[in-house]
Amino acid sequence: MSEDFKDSKAIQAQSSETISSGAGSSSPDLDYVRPAEVGDQDLYHGHSFITKWVFCQDAKVIGVQYFCLATFTGIIGLILSWLMRLQLGYPEAAGFMTAEHYYQFVTMHGMIMVVYFLTALFLGGFGNYLIPLMVGARDMVFPYLNMVSFWMFFVAVGVLLASFFVPGGPTGSGWTLYPPQAILEGTPGSGMGIILMCVSLILFVAGFTMGGLNYLITVLQARTRGMTLMRMPLTVWGIFTATVLAMLAFPALLVGSLMMMLDKLLGTSFFMPTILKAGEVLEYGGGSPILFQHLFWFFGHPEVYIVALPAFGIISDLISVHSRKNIFGYRMMVWAIVIIGALSFFVWAHHMYVSGMNPWFGFFFATTTLIIAVPTAMKVYNWILTLWRGNIRMNTVMLWCLGFIVTFVNGGITGIFLGNVSVDVPLSDTYFVIAHFHMVMGIAPLMVIMGAVYHWFPLVTGKFLSEKLGKWHFWLTFLGAYSIYFPMHYLGFIGVPRRYFEMYDSPYMTSAVGMNEFISTAAFIVGAAQFILIYNIIKSLKIGKAAGKNPWQANSLEWLTPTVPPEHGNWGDRLPVVHRWAYDYSVPGAKEDFITQTTPPSEVTDSKVEKT
Amino acid sequence: MHAGIIFFLVILGSVLFHIFTPWYWTDIASNWGSMDDTITLTFWIGGGVFVAVCLFMVYCVFKFSYKEGRKAEYKPEDKKLERILTWATTLGVAALLAPGLIVWNQYVNVPKNALEIDVMAWQWGWQYRLPGEDGKLGTTKIVNINDNNPFGINLEDSNGKDDVMIQSDVINLKNNRPVKILLRSVDVLHNWYVPQFRAKMDAVPGVVTYYWFEPNKVGKYEVLCAEYCGVGHYAMRGGVIVQSEQDYENWLQGQQTFSELIVKQKKIELNETKLVKK
Repeated sequence: MSEDFKDSKAIQAQSSETISSGAGSSSPDLDYVRPAEVGDQDLYHGHSFITKWVFCQDAKVIGVQYFCLATFTGIIGLILSWLMRLQLGYPEAAGFMTAEHYYQFVTMHGMIMVVYFLTALFLGGFGNYLIPLMVGARDMVFPYLNMVSFWMFFVAVGVLLASFFVPGGPTGSGWTLYPPQAILEGTPGSGMGIILMCVSLILFVAGFTMGGLNYLITVLQARTRGMTLMRMPLTVWGIFTATVLAMLAFPALLVGSLMMMLDKLLGTSFFMPTILKAGEVLEYGGGSPILFQHLFWFFGHPEVYIVALPAFGIISDLISVHSRKNIFGYRMMVWAIVIIGALSFFVWAHHMYVSGMNPWFGFFFATTTLIIAVPTAMKVYNWILTLWRGNIRMNTVMLWCLGFIVTFVNGGITGIFLGNVSVDVPLSDTYFVIAHFHMVMGIAPLMVIMGAVYHWFPLVTGKFLSEKLGKWHFWLTFLGAYSIYFPMHYLGFIGVPRRYFEMYDSPYMTSAVGMNEFISTAAFIVGAAQFILIYNIIKSLKIGKAAGKNPWQANSLEWLTPTVPPEHGNWGDRLPVVHRWAYDYSVPGAKEDFITQTTPPSEVTDSKVEKT
Repeated sequence: MHAGIIFFLVILGSVLFHIFTPWYWTDIASNWGSMDDTITLTFWIGGGVFVAVCLFMVYCVFKFSYKEGRKAEYKPEDKKLERILTWATTLGVAALLAPGLIVWNQYVNVPKNALEIDVMAWQWGWQYRLPGEDGKLGTTKIVNINDNNPFGINLEDSNGKDDVMIQSDVINLKNNRPVKILLRSVDVLHNWYVPQFRAKMDAVPGVVTYYWFEPNKVGKYEVLCAEYCGVGHYAMRGGVIVQSEQDYENWLQGQQTFSELIVKQKKIELNETKLVKK
């Protein structure tokens, strides 16, 4: 097909004004950008190995540190999932595993993947690396605090992993840590395990707050000249909004953890009613277990979007760059991110429809939950409409993007099942829930992470990752993960409950044995496939093809630094000046199919670019 | 191209799997067919959107894959299209939400003729209590629980005297008679769940929660704990036997009331004291 779309009809523009050649507009005013209001930032440049690479204050290095540590914990989470699947699919091969072990693995897998892997990777990893570069800043506004943030995270991970080695082992209370069982005998790790978990979470939240303040203030205060909020790449919008959510949601987790520790250590009764255990009445009374669930999910639901919003942002940019087309409906995309973020604080109790809270809440939370589906669906439409009439490079990055769309839409639709209160009743606490949230907040964000790794690896290292290995990695991961989680929904329909160490002889469950074996086998393959990426990274660092400057021909600022990979301070002598949004791809009349954000209008006077 | 074909096969495979899956609902045995209907409706609307979005994506892959020299369309926004999509989505969502809320309204409003059952959970087991001839359950307190009073019934509450106590993890129910399950727990969270009845609710220590259903198929069913409750969670099973009215009454006759238990305990104690005296 050799169709050319440049002659398509006049377009409803971002604004009414269109800069075109005809106006004789070579006046200097055309390129005018308001001068900076504050002076350049002074940076601390490290001189020794320790200050350059260990206690480093360069956001890019901190981003890579976050990325590596999060990946390391993620691999532990992956190994734990293998052990769980071994027990579920091939229990005879997992003779070494007791129910205690199983529940400990379930718990640690969940907590690691959600908090210490996904959150840390998206916000700590991509946030640190990309925010200053994408908004045209030299670094985060508080570099020292940023450094401390990473090392707090480091300690938090250390405390978390230490719980594997304390008496009783790590907590096995499920990643939701529901009291009273979390701190009572009868749950593995109800001694030191749960205490270390709470301490680790508290450290994580404290460290994360330091990083989060940095992201917010850098975005609000340190954007370069011409970088208006509505010119920011959607990646920055996603990470920014997610950070706002994190600042508001994590305190709920913090106080929840703190109160539970008090219940455990000092015998307070925040979450503990009168309890009869082994024939004895415990010295608790009057507390409410449901209060903890409210606190947990007031954090836990925004947490879903803390992971999802950066993924939304990043995927928008990847699709746009590799379709050689502007993201469709940029303003709606921004508002959708903001609206989803705001609404995410009004839906938390949809995790609690059958928790025993007042059942009348169900009406409210079902309504808010289904409303949030509307802006989310708009984002999906805009992604596929960006592909429409694009010029799509079918490279590894794009494959991850397409894989994301399939898994995210699939997981989003099953979310409508679970959000719709009475539909949730038969499905809650079954494998349907597991399939849903792994599809939508496990696999879908993972697709984005992988796409982002293949996309930005040339920026970080100056080398391309191998496309061939990348494609193997993608297809094994996508097809494998899909065949794990798609059939798993149907286990939930049968009624198989979650968190069962063993299914044994229930008639409708024995029919699922075959499927469990299949799912486990797929899980082993998908897990192993991730090591292709690690091999690819090591190999490409050594003998990868040199990428050079702006290898994807992208518009956004991170690709426009004077040196690649960017040095400390990012921009050399002069900060970039921004003249347009990040999505001027395939502009009619322009020589190239991309116009970078720093290109002044006077250089592209023949193009029919919409003013942004 | 290959990628487009594989993505297409994934979508096709998903649809075929859904049609031919051997793994699906257990046969329903309660009045909550409306939940199944709402799920089916969600499948049609949601599944339709999933297939449409993915096929559109596959079409784009086939039609707009990279060609040297071709220029993509430049179209930042299309207000009309965006408006249409917003309203269509809102409509679809409303069509799903409305039946969901209607069914929930039925779920939280218990019919007046429902038989109340006290389901008591602990780590890790179940036992049940039915109201006696007065039709009222006596009030309970966890601190009252001991060997002579396994349900912790308040002794001063006369409603409790004739309560029928079923110290077994299997409970019998009358066919076609709504039951209100009153859940309580003495230690941690539990959830009394029978897949065939569809309904469930957590048992929370410190409060009494409830839900209702009407069994409509005679038979034996397995009870599963559906809220993680510690290391024995997976083994915390029970049973339900749904019977015809006659069978149910016969079964009920054979059960012990609280006052009978007290009398029995007193006799035993008396015998023991006699033995000691001798």
